[in-house]
Amino acid sequence: MIDGLLIGLQTVFTLTNIVLVFAGCAIGTVIGMIPGLGPITAIALMIPVTYGFDPASGMILLAGVYYGAVFGGSTSSILINAPGVAGTVATAFDGYPMARDGAPGKALAIAAYASFTGGTLAAIFLVLLAPFLADLSLGFQSADYFLLMVLGLSLVSAFSGQGEYLRALAMTCFGLMLSTVGTDLSAGVQRFTFGRMDLIDGISFLLLAMGTFALAEAIMMVLDRSRQTKPIELTGSSLALSRAEVKAMAPTVGRSSILGFLTGVLPGAGATIASFLAYGMERSLASPADKAQFGKGSLKGLAAPETANNAACTGSFVPLLTLGIPGSGTTAVLLGALVAYGIQPGPRLFIDEPAIFWSVIVSMYFGNLFLLVLNLPLIPYIARLLSVPRQYLVPMIMFFSLMGVYLVSFNTFDLKLMVVVAAVAVGLRILAFPMAPLLLGFILGGMLEDNLRRAMTLSDGSWSFLWARPVTLCLVAIIGIVLLVPLVRTAVGWWRR
Amino acid sequence: MRRLLRVVLLAWVSIALPAGADILPEVHFLIPAGPGGGWDGTARGVGEAMTKSGLVKNVSYENLSGGGGGRAIAKLIETADRQPYTLMVNSTPMVVRSLQKIFPQSFRDLEPIASVIADYSCFVVKDTSPIKSWSDVIDAFNKNPRSVKVAGGSVRGSTDHIIFARAIEMSGGDPFKVIYIPYDGGGKAMAGLLTGETQVLSTGLSETIDMMRSGQVRIIAVTANERLPEIPDVPTLAEQGHPLEFANWRGFFAAPGLAQSRYAAMRETITAVLATPEFETIRARNGWTVLHHEGKDFYQFLEHQESEIGTLMRQLGFLRP
Repeated sequence: MIDGLLIGLQTVFTLTNIVLVFAGCAIGTVIGMIPGLGPITAIALMIPVTYGFDPASGMILLAGVYYGAVFGGSTSSILINAPGVAGTVATAFDGYPMARDGAPGKALAIAAYASFTGGTLAAIFLVLLAPFLADLSLGFQSADYFLLMVLGLSLVSAFSGQGEYLRALAMTCFGLMLSTVGTDLSAGVQRFTFGRMDLIDGISFLLLAMGTFALAEAIMMVLDRSRQTKPIELTGSSLALSRAEVKAMAPTVGRSSILGFLTGVLPGAGATIASFLAYGMERSLASPADKAQFGKGSLKGLAAPETANNAACTGSFVPLLTLGIPGSGTTAVLLGALVAYGIQPGPRLFIDEPAIFWSVIVSMYFGNLFLLVLNLPLIPYIARLLSVPRQYLVPMIMFFSLMGVYLVSFNTFDLKLMVVVAAVAVGLRILAFPMAPLLLGFILGGMLEDNLRRAMTLSDGSWSFLWARPVTLCLVAIIGIVLLVPLVRTAVGWWRR
Repeated sequence: MRRLLRVVLLAWVSIALPAGADILPEVHFLIPAGPGGGWDGTARGVGEAMTKSGLVKNVSYENLSGGGGGRAIAKLIETADRQPYTLMVNSTPMVVRSLQKIFPQSFRDLEPIASVIADYSCFVVKDTSPIKSWSDVIDAFNKNPRSVKVAGGSVRGSTDHIIFARAIEMSGGDPFKVIYIPYDGGGKAMAGLLTGETQVLSTGLSETIDMMRSGQVRIIAVTANERLPEIPDVPTLAEQGHPLEFANWRGFFAAPGLAQSRYAAMRETITAVLATPEFETIRARNGWTVLHHEGKDFYQFLEHQESEIGTLMRQLGFLRP
């Protein structure tokens, strides 16, 4: 392994490759910042450029683009509430309120530190655990994915503040309902498409996130003139984190790295699910005082999804490199690039092509480092975006969010749908319904259903899959604990009184 | 007056040029899906060969997703008079989806120009699987259909499912008893096979070759008539006694109602680009197999595939008879 790392270091430490990591991160960040455009687009754009390089350099560039795009996505989530990438939707939950309340620089800095730590820790896990991880990613079957989604849903109370549990539950159900629109995988039948061709593939997650967050927020700004953004402090010290803040976030970052990495390793999950799970976990574990902060600009609420999505990106390289299985759209594009270079990902990759395997891992580490170095000095300038007067900021947010959705599908129907979504979202927000549970229900709903139906078919229609395998049984037990502990606690509280 | 002159000039030019000898001056590719997929890769690959070889000067691309490709088809037909240089990329799912009435049009409403590449289907097992050949699949299936669950990368009733059911039927099994497990994409279906929750995977060959070379899976049959040169060790379904040939083609279509000479130029352009060394480089890079049918030939190929798939889908109850 040490040999491998040395080979990797040797490959990365050439002038060309260092320039490439740097260029990749910079290009990725810029593309990722544009709402709607994420790593898939960024990588697909850069692949033709890489054909001129040798495979190791090509992969180094693309890995840089990948991290850069995910990082750039968090910038637009935080500043204008328009998630650049599906994986950074959860970043907006607390990142945007923090930015709106006068600390955009700090929010961006936390995102940068959290991404860096998440990515770095995950790269270390990858080096230490790579041989076992392939087995782990193949240890999860449809039944386990189903339970993972149920576990995610059981965190719903975490996605709501004090006293709005019922509203949160209603919104989760609404999200689950919306996820059933489109072609049903198990039967091949169209549901709730109203005969419209445009709804066959269902509603896009990014469209829903942009409609309910960015566009709805812009409309709220117009409707509610009193929602004044606080003046922004952009002195040098506002970027620095106090020792107490670092201490408060450290356990969050540690937990989220592990959770994010493991979720990323599973080919059926990915960065978006990872960020939601991490956010939910932190909110559930937080003390009552901390809990009240969530959704209003909590440090932990921002650090958790930001750490988890970067860790998950690194984790997703495990099935890609060691098995040749793409777990997400992004890694599918990367796999295409690898094959085009004439490289065969699989169990033999790190024996046959150690230079590629290790240089990608080393470049992950350097990619994360460069992103931090690249972005910290720029943050004060980027954050100044929010000091733009509102009469310019609001149309700008509307333009970027609509354009972001259009650039993904080039379908005008999506724009109309997004306006409807935003209008409904504004109505619900005025009635004090939280939006995050809607997205949680939507993102988990589709996978929940597909995996449940697969598991049922595989076990010939019997529920025995719930206890047939140790992994599944463990997940059932965890869900049981998550659901029962609050009940028991309440019961004990009543009895004592 | 000036307009009339232009029409006359254009007419003269198109008469003066001998049919079939001209190459399009520009090509606009219409891609019915977002960037990064199979359609996108095909169009951009062919386009890259066109520009790099200097055959066509201006090549542009337009991604228009929606309706499983139906939105792009509708647009091409509605704006036919403004699409003189447009080639829309498409593939076998177009035939399936028009049979399912996902969109009202079929290839008959467009001008089929040419198919360019093909991806054969194949049936795959894990390297440790006791199944060694197609007859092992049939034996296990006949004993207990539930012991051979089939993974595929798309919805129930898609080609992955239909081809496997058809192979079972040709081997004397009951296609209704096939237990098909749909996954969201070929990668996840492959993961499903490797985790051991399914026993067989029905998928495209190009997605599988690398997994086979890395030794994780074995291909027990490929749906070509003869063994393929790149993988001479992999048996065909035909040599195991069931002559089922199926290729997921990718090809190009033009708007309806254009001049015949324009269609001839489009066919000529595709034929010319396939012969360039630049295309060969791109083909090898992507592991594509060339399948070149053009014009009438392509039309007949489509009709044949449509009737074959249609019959089977009707038998399996995916279409109302």
